[in-house]
Amino acid sequence: MSKEEKKVNRRDFLFTASYTVGAVGVGAVIWPMIDQMNPDKAQQALATTEVDISSIEPGKSITVLWRGKPIFIKKRTSEEIAEARAVKLDDLPDPQKDEDRVKEGKDEWLVMLGVCTHLGCVPLKDKGDFNGWFCPCHGSHYDVSGRIRKGPAPTNMEIPKFEFVDSNTIKIG
Amino acid sequence: MSEHEYTPKSKAGKWFNDRLPLLTLGAHLTDYPTPKNLNYWWTFGGILTFCLITQIVTGIVLAMHYVAHADLAFASVEHIMRDVNYGWLIRYIHSNGASMFFLAVYIHIFRSLFYGSYKSPREVIWIIGLMIYLLMMAAAFMGYVLPWGQMSFWGATVITNLFSAIPLVGDSITTWLWGAYSVDNPTLNRFFSLHYLIPFLILGLVVLHIWALHVPGNNNPVGIDIKKPSKDTVPFHPYITIKDAFALLVFMIIFAGFVFFTPNVLGHSDNYIPANPLVTPAHIVPEWYLLPFYAILRSVPDKLGGVILMFSAIFILFVLPWLDTSKVRSAVFRPIYRQFFWILVIDVLMLGYVGAMPAEGIYLVLARVGTIYYFLHFIVVMPVVGYLEKTDPIPMSISEPVLTGGAEPSIARKVNDKV
Repeated sequence: MSKEEKKVNRRDFLFTASYTVGAVGVGAVIWPMIDQMNPDKAQQALATTEVDISSIEPGKSITVLWRGKPIFIKKRTSEEIAEARAVKLDDLPDPQKDEDRVKEGKDEWLVMLGVCTHLGCVPLKDKGDFNGWFCPCHGSHYDVSGRIRKGPAPTNMEIPKFEFVDSNTIKIG
Repeated sequence: MSEHEYTPKSKAGKWFNDRLPLLTLGAHLTDYPTPKNLNYWWTFGGILTFCLITQIVTGIVLAMHYVAHADLAFASVEHIMRDVNYGWLIRYIHSNGASMFFLAVYIHIFRSLFYGSYKSPREVIWIIGLMIYLLMMAAAFMGYVLPWGQMSFWGATVITNLFSAIPLVGDSITTWLWGAYSVDNPTLNRFFSLHYLIPFLILGLVVLHIWALHVPGNNNPVGIDIKKPSKDTVPFHPYITIKDAFALLVFMIIFAGFVFFTPNVLGHSDNYIPANPLVTPAHIVPEWYLLPFYAILRSVPDKLGGVILMFSAIFILFVLPWLDTSKVRSAVFRPIYRQFFWILVIDVLMLGYVGAMPAEGIYLVLARVGTIYYFLHFIVVMPVVGYLEKTDPIPMSISEPVLTGGAEPSIARKVNDKV
């Protein structure tokens, strides 16, 4: 009977419409529950840090905290820069020129996230097989440009967004 | 589940039971027909229940004194140790209790592997058990973070960074887990919340685990199906309860030994140094019960590969009932598999040992050999041995080998084809 068929169609429509509205409703409730775990406004407010670098001697480095993570700021000697630039790109697991890791004209300043790209430990300075950093957790070796050379880490240590406010101050973030 | 109807003796009991059959449930648990040949390896279910309740009770008490804030957590734990009445005792029970919990669960799991308790018709019990094991690892990991010492902080950093190995969304997931741009106060806060939640999830799964167990009934050392109730079974109470109670007592003596004489031997001294995001301890190791998986993680020279292999090492256990092709359950009657079982035990112990050692030289070689064997055992040995192995004759019933004058399998009738 056509009348009965029509009834079934109407019910199907109601089911589909109810499920759809229900799914949208559930999604609308779940998303805030998930997103509340992302970094909050207070965390995001810690986005920039200014650092005075006037007291760093050539060949030395300091470590500062930015967003809860250590930042290595190293004033490299000309020998160290030459060493970093002599490396062939083919020898690098994550090929990147040293020039691309520093600001032009400020080649002595290496500013990078002091976090091993393997599982997040802080590498030790002046250690390892490549005159750079060595991560004690799982044995990753980084060179004088902070590039990964040996070990389980997949990429070079990250260069954060930073700029020179004046010759003695940098702003990270 | 209801072989017989239970009627409460008292009128009040009957009135209540008609409305909520709790007394019927109690009677079922008391009379529950259990194989009469269960050995002491079967007492760990009861021991684990005890461990769970101990952790929940001591945990609730500790939460009354602990402060889940990055600036205060470390000091609040020291406050528990020094100022709170019996705080030192309660905390040492809780921290050593986690280790005892894992000790018991590993024995429980290997018992299941030896006697084929994961095999049909008990696959669902096995899978629920593995879910409990996964939750236990999550709870233990988050609990270890709460004191906010150096090992807490860097353990949390390393483990949460495992998720950053996921292609494309890895970093977003890690930031989401942290609630910050590194392990920080929001991380500690949410770990405390989840650490409090998980034991109750485990409790719920334990109920399902026991429910699923009571459908087919217990496996037993000879691994054969038995009639219930029959000459082969005894009521759970008092026969099994008294055996469980005795085993529990011995277990508690060992537990107390740790708590009172070497409460820190299973921990790491670096965790008595407050968390410092600028300095990573020279030698990071997880708690002992996670070491075999840690060794597998480190045996792979690739980040994503190591993470995948480590998770696979756990998830492969979920399909174990279908990887084992043998028709005979108990390794007692499986002369070849029995030897591989012990190789697996030694392999896992060795992985645990090298997991605690630096990832270099001979330790790295051993970790790789151990990892390869671990996977070969489940993917190759179990299906192939189950298929090719000539098993020993298995008895018709539990009583038979005894009644015919000995437990020697050769005396029992050949009934391989009947299994």
